[in-house]
Amino acid sequence: MHVPILKQGDYLIATIQSVLSDADLLQLRDDLADRVGQFRSRGVIIDVTVLDVIDSFPTRTLRGVAHMLRLRGANTVIVGIQPDVAFAMVQLGLTLEGVGTALDLEEGLAFLNAKTKRAGGVVARTGGTAPSSLSKSPPDARTRRGNRPLQ
Amino acid sequence: MSTFNEEICVPIRSDADIVVARQKGRALAVQLGFSGSDPTVIAAAISEVARNIVNHAKQGEIVLTGVHESSRLGIQVVARDEGPGIANIEQAMQYGYSSGKGMGVGLPGAKWLMDAFDIKSQIGKGTRVTMQKWVR
Repeated sequence: MHVPILKQGDYLIATIQSVLSDADLLQLRDDLADRVGQFRSRGVIIDVTVLDVIDSFPTRTLRGVAHMLRLRGANTVIVGIQPDVAFAMVQLGLTLEGVGTALDLEEGLAFLNAKTKRAGGVVARTGGTAPSSLSKSPPDARTRRGNRPLQ
Repeated sequence: MSTFNEEICVPIRSDADIVVARQKGRALAVQLGFSGSDPTVIAAAISEVARNIVNHAKQGEIVLTGVHESSRLGIQVVARDEGPGIANIEQAMQYGYSSGKGMGVGLPGAKWLMDAFDIKSQIGKGTRVTMQKWVR
């Protein structure tokens, strides 16, 4: 099952549409590596909301994608890991160490805005105040990563 | 312990079959009365043992059955193949030990996810993993 990749400004958004096989995941990895170069993207959101299970192979692949895209100059954030899926990952001892995670698409965009320090994103959240606030990374509660309690 | 429904047998020949096996396992788990995160946990365990077949034996099968023992109900998952077998099971069951293809999480991870886990392997004959989880 092919995963569509949408361009949204400086970001790419890959929303997984159905359960993926291991081969589909590797295809997504390769597609993202190409597109990040093609569109000179600064950030990538991978929406995994529909994934029924994230076991060892998807975890390793997602971690690999994030580290590879970082080397290509883009930040990656994984969004939409479901509570049961997260629970099984914890039981399997799997982590997404070094990879950004956020609750949903909206939080993922906020995460990337904070990470890439895009003027637009920061100004929007600080109400267009003094430029000095641009250099600070906003300690916005919405950009926390990976420390959300399971529901 | 006895089985009470027809066996669901899923042939495993490629990575796409891993998805089929875990979806059938999840459906059976729900049918048996598993709730909360249990169907997902069972699906994850099936995914790991099915991937083990694809990676090491090329092909095999996953057999899913409902089981009961005294008054409790559960699911049994058997993963069997006629692959090369595992020389050192103790090593294969160590978390983080990998023969090169994975993270070394699959078999020990599946054991953590289920209530009972048994593995038998013979060099040149194949491997059989049997695991159960009970409805809480």
